[in-house]
Amino acid sequence: MTLDPVNLAAIIAMVVATYATRIGGLWLLRFARLTPRMQASFDALPVAVLTALIAPSLVKGGAADLIAAALTLLAATRLPLLPVVVIGVASAVLLRHVMG
Amino acid sequence: MAAAHSSGLAALSAWDEFRQGTVAVVPAAVAVVPFGLLLGALAAQKGLSPLEVGLMSGLMFAGSAQMVAVDLWREPAPWALLGLAALTINLRHLMMGASLSRRLGPFGPWQRVFGMAFLVDEVWALAERRAALGLLHPAYYAGLAALLYANWVVWTITGAILGPAIENPAAWGFDFAFTAIFLGLIVAFWRGRGTALVMAASAAAAVAANAGLGGVWHVLAGGIAGMATAFLLAMWRGKTEP
Repeated sequence: MTLDPVNLAAIIAMVVATYATRIGGLWLLRFARLTPRMQASFDALPVAVLTALIAPSLVKGGAADLIAAALTLLAATRLPLLPVVVIGVASAVLLRHVMG
Repeated sequence: MAAAHSSGLAALSAWDEFRQGTVAVVPAAVAVVPFGLLLGALAAQKGLSPLEVGLMSGLMFAGSAQMVAVDLWREPAPWALLGLAALTINLRHLMMGASLSRRLGPFGPWQRVFGMAFLVDEVWALAERRAALGLLHPAYYAGLAALLYANWVVWTITGAILGPAIENPAAWGFDFAFTAIFLGLIVAFWRGRGTALVMAASAAAAVAANAGLGGVWHVLAGGIAGMATAFLLAMWRGKTEP
């Protein structure tokens, strides 16, 4: 178990940067009064961010990943999250194997 | 079970809220295991000790930022570069925190200050979902954070100890677990055709930013494009349905 001082400095720099982005968001709207349109924009943020997180890798994954995504969405309309994840991963593995 | 709390009529005890939070985060905790192991193993290859990996996971608690950091890591550690990388990768949390700040009414000042340290993508998304269904209780948020945090620290340290025995989970298709979780959450946030438009705008902007800029700018680009779409939609609806 070793702890190198330079490594510790790097970890602290990353911790400060990470926490700043997490607490900064609270401060961002502290003094702002949101109009109904701004409220609507923020209400859309979860879907927008979740889509943005996965879109590039889905496109790079090609047809197999896109079909697996469609199956996952279908499963998500009627099942809880855990079986949805199992179905998603299983179909991705299978389709990548068959189509890749 | 999920429907039982959504009415928000009967107040749950703090313990029930905490327990429901831990249950809600189980899929994300399971999905993260292979990646925690891989991160620890890669960090060990770069010369980080299990103690250093545990400190990084325990203090940062940031999966994608840690992955990039380990990729950039060399001896001696380029601390300024690593700090800057963590800052840009985590910029998306500014958006998430701003959005979630509207839901933190029941949180005390210290609960906010401490709680935001655990604002990873999955915690944020599940907290937003809970808030959309009714009320986000601090104990529910604590349940989300506690299980995912303990899970992440344990598995990254295990990866650092096991080291080279770990295989890349993407080779097994585990990378799709995150896609599936995020798709499942999108369905939970679905509010009709407007949601489809937001998704289309976000996907287009994210793919374009990813191709043009690389890195992780696609998350910010998609978030902003989606928000702009919702803004315009609200404007248009305001005109057509007074």
